Amino acid sequence: MEVKVVQNILKVNEKLADENRKLFAAKDVFVIDVMASPGAGKTSTILATVDSLKDDVNIAVIEGDIASKVDAEKIQEHGVEAVQINTGGACHLDGNMIQNALQVLDLDAIDLLIVENVGNLVCPAEFDLGQSMKLVISSVPEGDDKPLKYPVIFTQADALILNKVDMLEATDFSETAFEEGVRRLNPRAPIFKISATKGDGVEAWTEWLRERVDAASK
Amino acid sequence: MHEMSVTQNVMEIVLQQAKEAGATRVKSVKLRFGTLTSIVPDCVAFYFEQMTPGTLAEGAKLDVEMVPLRLKCGQCGEEFEGQDELDVTCPKCGNPFTETLSGREMEVASIDVDT
Repeated sequence: MEVKVVQNILKVNEKLADENRKLFAAKDVFVIDVMASPGAGKTSTILATVDSLKDDVNIAVIEGDIASKVDAEKIQEHGVEAVQINTGGACHLDGNMIQNALQVLDLDAIDLLIVENVGNLVCPAEFDLGQSMKLVISSVPEGDDKPLKYPVIFTQADALILNKVDMLEATDFSETAFEEGVRRLNPRAPIFKISATKGDGVEAWTEWLRERVDAASK
Repeated sequence: MHEMSVTQNVMEIVLQQAKEAGATRVKSVKLRFGTLTSIVPDCVAFYFEQMTPGTLAEGAKLDVEMVPLRLKCGQCGEEFEGQDELDVTCPKCGNPFTETLSGREMEVASIDVDT
């Protein structure tokens, strides 16, 4: 006897992510899921974003790593609340891990919640967290072919950051090749070219973000 | 990827559905994966073989249907399959603004059981 099932294999995660999304909407919190490979500069970009916006926007950060709490400590040194999730080996964050982290955050006091996913260009793309937008960071030393090699995550980005542009001259990275690679997969998402540690281009990114955070709180 | 947790979820759905159908044995399971999901079917099949012994699904055959990426042009309405490297540009009018019709599926489609 054949039994029709048609059930989403990730339905448990989808359900939790939907719960998160409703909660964020009710509390007027704008949530970014930050995805990139290890070393692309997720934490540096978050720190630059925090420093640029923290006087006007109430920010909190959820840090996802397989182990250690070094990232959360770095964020806290910049004066905003940070919660560390250790996935204990899992290659991505999921809706349930976010729900657990939310238990220690006061969403009424937060306008912008930045979630740093585990450094990985494959798995985080698959798991909805209930975020308002997905940010993908690529960096110059990784090479301009990342959109070709890891296409799925680039199709999902609502915004892209090309980080470490201060290193362009030291590499054979082609900005044109990178942008063409992205555009074939994702025609709409804006691309911000920044150096998170030197500050180049950060303001264009944070102003774009600020408009979205303001819109979410109205 | 995370084929092990995906296969665990598959097992939960299959065993729950088999129980509801009053099954004595699951003969086969049909899964559908979109090509945009980065799932490796052989890897799911391996975990499935490891997880089924001692359950109603012991010895069940696993069929995986890969669902191609299908896109619809936002300008001329042309429907087409995504090309190599997931090029989303419309082959008819060259417009890059397209919507995804299929290719993100990750589901248990059906099970075949003895009752």
